[in-house]
Amino acid sequence: MAWMAWTNPTIIFFVVIASLIGGFTLIAIKFPETPRVGVLRIETTRGDRLFISLLGSAFINLAWIGLTEGISQWGALVVCLIYATAVFRWV
Amino acid sequence: MDKTVNQKAWFLILPVLILVAFSAVVPLMTVVNYSIQDTFGNNQFFWVGLEWFEDILSSERMWNALGRQLSYSAIILMIEVPLGIYVALHMPKKKGFSASICLVLMSLPLLIPWNVVGTIWQIFGRVDIGLLGYTLEKLGISYNYTQNFYAAWFTLIIMDVWHWTSLVALLAYAGLQSIPDAYYQAAKIDQASRWNVFRYIELPKMQGVLMIAILLRFMDSFMIYTEPFVVTGGGPGNATTFLSIDLVKMALGQFDLGPAAAFSIMYFLVILLISWVFYTVMTTLDKRDGV
Repeated sequence: MAWMAWTNPTIIFFVVIASLIGGFTLIAIKFPETPRVGVLRIETTRGDRLFISLLGSAFINLAWIGLTEGISQWGALVVCLIYATAVFRWV
Repeated sequence: MDKTVNQKAWFLILPVLILVAFSAVVPLMTVVNYSIQDTFGNNQFFWVGLEWFEDILSSERMWNALGRQLSYSAIILMIEVPLGIYVALHMPKKKGFSASICLVLMSLPLLIPWNVVGTIWQIFGRVDIGLLGYTLEKLGISYNYTQNFYAAWFTLIIMDVWHWTSLVALLAYAGLQSIPDAYYQAAKIDQASRWNVFRYIELPKMQGVLMIAILLRFMDSFMIYTEPFVVTGGGPGNATTFLSIDLVKMALGQFDLGPAAAFSIMYFLVILLISWVFYTVMTTLDKRDGV
């Protein structure tokens, strides 16, 4: 595994992603759901909303790196959480 | 809408998932690890945090490559999609010898490997021995893809059109074949013009396959590497240095693994976003049409 050059932050990052996917898989099995149509006018399930949240969060983080200078990256995480909540509520 | 979705069938794709994990997920994880570290070789890494991302996002080189890449994809889509539809509309509708000949001829360019296509056009365009380059030069048109910006772009665009228009044509043809005759008969009774038949019958029926064609052509052109690498090598200067060529230069040419990894992640995210948009549009259209 040494060639993969693991660091603690990346381990935490992937563990969080994996547990999110695993958790959502379990929820999908336990509580099957009906897709719904939100503000984007497309049918989404919980998994779709998770994907939209994660992908959007990646771009929010990149935008934060590119547009802000010297402001902690944790700010981006706050924006991401607000964004994810909005996605799960309205998309 | 009123049916619950059973997602358990996803477990059936577990074997594929394991294969993909080895071929894509593990390498991708490694790229993420590299993107926040620096190395001088020997498998020794040093933590740099978000430095590479900051560097890449503020680098003119990356934005220029992205601009060239988007322009290239936009140009080839604007040519290949209408041309593909035009060709499909003029292919024989009835099954038979001529239709088979057409299909075989159309499939031929698709069977040629990318690097061979590159070599064919590299030689074809040469001013000293290539038929195209030599002829243009004799006609008094200044054409040298190794020195001239426009000639290099012209060669790459014509090459892509030659290689991939038939894919669009074949997909559009498949879409056209699926239209029942009754539609055309109804149009004839209504005395619909040729344009109206195209606009209100053929185009809507081709919508699904055209979306697939556009997605495939966009993704493929957005990731294009081999052909421009063989024909122009990214030149003259940086005129045809598209994203993947720039990335390889950075990763393998300069051995800047960290910045290249950060670059790769952004490239991957853009592709993921575009694929998701196309996929969503396609599935939404399918559901609307009741397919």
